[in-house]
Order: sequence, then C-alpha cells, then structure tokens
Amino acid sequence: MSGLAWAFSRDLTLAWRHPGEAMLTLAFFVLVASLFPLGIGADPQLLARVGPGVIWVCALLAAFLGLPSLFASDHADGTLEQMALSADPIAAWVSGKIAAHWLSTGLPLTLLSPLLGLQYGLPADALVTLGAALLLGTPVLSLLGAACAALTLGARGGGMLLALLALPLFVPVLVFGAGAAEATAAGLSASPHLSLLGAGLLVAAVSVPFAVGSAIRIALD
Amino acid sequence: MNFFYFSSPSTFFRLAGRLAPAFFILAAVLAAAGLYVGLVQAPTDAVQGEVYRVIFIHVPAAWMSMFIYFVMACYGAMALTFNSRLSAMMARALAPTGAMFTFVALWTGAFWGRPTWGTYWVWDARITSELVLLFLYLGFIALSNAFEEPRRGDRAASLLSIIGIVNLPIIYFSVQWWNTLHQGSSIKLTGSSMHVTMLTAMLLMTFAAWMYAIAASLVRVRSVILERERRARWVRDLGRT
Repeated sequence: MSGLAWAFSRDLTLAWRHPGEAMLTLAFFVLVASLFPLGIGADPQLLARVGPGVIWVCALLAAFLGLPSLFASDHADGTLEQMALSADPIAAWVSGKIAAHWLSTGLPLTLLSPLLGLQYGLPADALVTLGAALLLGTPVLSLLGAACAALTLGARGGGMLLALLALPLFVPVLVFGAGAAEATAAGLSASPHLSLLGAGLLVAAVSVPFAVGSAIRIALD
Repeated sequence: MNFFYFSSPSTFFRLAGRLAPAFFILAAVLAAAGLYVGLVQAPTDAVQGEVYRVIFIHVPAAWMSMFIYFVMACYGAMALTFNSRLSAMMARALAPTGAMFTFVALWTGAFWGRPTWGTYWVWDARITSELVLLFLYLGFIALSNAFEEPRRGDRAASLLSIIGIVNLPIIYFSVQWWNTLHQGSSIKLTGSSMHVTMLTAMLLMTFAAWMYAIAASLVRVRSVILERERRARWVRDLGRT
C-alpha cells in the first residue's frame, strides 16, 4: 500500500510543479470543442443535439493526449526500472501513478465540461448527467490508456501506435458516457448508463493495474 | 508421444510444411462444393431475391473474423504463460488472416446492404463492433512489428490480444444497446430458420474458410520461423540441401 501512496504523491507533486501540461490538456479540450460549432454551423438545436457526444469525444482525445507522458519519462531516465525492483508489488504503484494522472487530467476535464455544455446549450439536468458520466468514465480512460501506454514504451511510431491501440478500447466508455447525457436530454433516466460506467470503472480498477504491471515487465525485459 | 515435440520451431516448420497443402486442398474442395450448393442448388430467397447469396461469403467471414481473434488470444496467453516462442509466432501468423476475414465481412456486408437496406454503411451495432475488431487486429499487427527486438513485440502483442479479448464482448454489447439495425442470427443452437440447402452451403463455406485460415497461417508461420531462426544451424542446413 505504501507504494501506491508514494507513487501517487510523487506524480501529483510532479504534475503540480509543471502545471503547464495539465493546462495544455484543458486548452486542447476547449479548443477542439469550440471548433465543432465553426465546422457544423451554430444552429442551437443541432448543437444541443450533438453536444454530449462532441464533448465526450473531445474529452476522450484530450485524455488520450496525456497518455504518452505517463510512463515515458520514467522509462527514459530509469526510474521505472528502479520502481519495478522495489519491494512493493508493481500493481500498487502503477495504481498510484494512474490515480495521480487522472487527478491531473481527467478531473480538470470533468470540472470544465459543464462550461462547455453551457456553450452547446445543454439543459441543466443534462449538464449534471454529463459531469457525472465524465466523473465515472475518465478514470476508465486513464486505466485503459495506461495499459496501452505501457505496451508501447520504446516502440517505433509511438503516438500513432498508441492511438490505434487505445481508441478502439475506449469505445464502450464513449458509448455509455455520451448515452447517459443523451438519455437525460431525451427525458429518459440516465441511471442504466451511469451504472454500467460505474461497473466498468470497478472492473477496470481491480484488473487493469495487473495488466499494466505485466506490460511494464515486458517493457523492462 | 511427447506433446511438446512440435513446440520447437524446427520440428514444427517441417510439420507445417507437410500439413499446409492438405488444408489448402480441403479448403478448395469444400469451397467448390459450398459454391455449387450455394449458387446453383439453393433456391432464390422469397424476400431478398438473388442478392442474399452474399451470405455464403459474408457469414463465414464474419464468424472466422471473431473465431480467429479468439484463437489468436489463446496463443497469446500460451506465449505469455509458457514463454513459448512458437505460440507467439502462431499468433502473429494468424493476425493478417483474421484482419482479412474482418475486412471481407465488412466489404461484402456493404454490398449486401446497398440493395437490401438502401445504404452501404449504417452505424449499427454489429457493423461498428466488426469495425472495432478490424482496428484491434491492425493494432496487434502494428504493435508486434513496432520493436527492434522481435521477442519484445511478441510479448507486448500477446498481452494486447488478451486485453482485446476481454474488451471484445464489452464492445459488442455496448454498441448493441446503442443502436441496432442488423438482423439477429438465423441460426441458433435450438434450430435454424433457414432452408436446408442454404444452411448446407453456408456450413460448407464456413469449413472452407476455416481450412483456408489454417492453411494460410501455417504457410505464414513457416516464413516467420525462417525469418526468426535465420541464424540457426538447421535453417542454414536447409539452404544447403
């Protein structure tokens, strides 16, 4: 457990000392989301209709952009190897790193999303659902993305390869996440979507760190 | 007989060389029979007319696309647990065939959809999950070739195939609840709603596709083995004789 806490506080301190990276993620999120009204036209009804989906896709891409940095610098300077040699189980400190990564990218995205929802003219209850869905969904993105980031450590064509691996795995999160806000907008209950997202989060939280652990072991071989 | 005798690349190379032509012949015979039953004997469909005959390619390809992914993930799991080189080579050899069948299923589906649904493409559950499956295959192929050290690529891609197989049912059900136009399956374990000659043709074509997949991956695994073991003595001896 100490490995989890140690990696968590270390990565959080690092993110805090370099706030630029998290800010860039947020700027990218807002920028891409504001390109859509320019591209598809500013018809308020159309925007309210596509809003949840667009915001989800933007959040997904923004969360994806932060992934390469999750293990790359630790891998490059040998920290990852030292951590793998430590007495703590690999899944423990990997969980800590992922939690810190989510706190510095996923959570700001979630907090910012109601603002973008307002720009898209979403009704108030849809804004709440959107925020709740992102709160449950972005940790799953961080977890799945961490597995793909660990698999591609030291690979040729890093970024594009990571996209090819991670984005197909993100599909269920996108479907249920965007579905929740759309259900609310259509006057239906969002709870089935949110329950499925929550279930996905629980399953991913207990299983993915072990997959990440074996991926890191493969990378360090 | 020692079960692990053929897990050595050099012995399996010879075995695969002997088996591959047999499976190719089986595939050709089954495909000829299947095409004859499907195109000549099977009756015209009452609703869809002649165009339904695409299913004799489409359904076997779709089945094989999923089945091959499952087999590939099993080889991936074996490669990681037993650390056997040949399992990873088999997974690598299966991936292009699986991707090909996935592509064929999507392509024939589009040509069936145009006259029947009036559109080449819909964002429907099955089609979308088949498309995601194609990306999983492409990701596997890309990852296995992304490293200087081939063993590293083997192991990373094996782990990816296992993550993919866990995620595959989730993707499948998520898109199924999301949107559905594709018809349900006509064949269930309790019985089939199809005409018996149509079913015969489809099963013949499925076995043909299956035999072809085995033959093609055996040929491919032979070239993977040769490439990997090019410095081994037995490969150099092979070139001499």
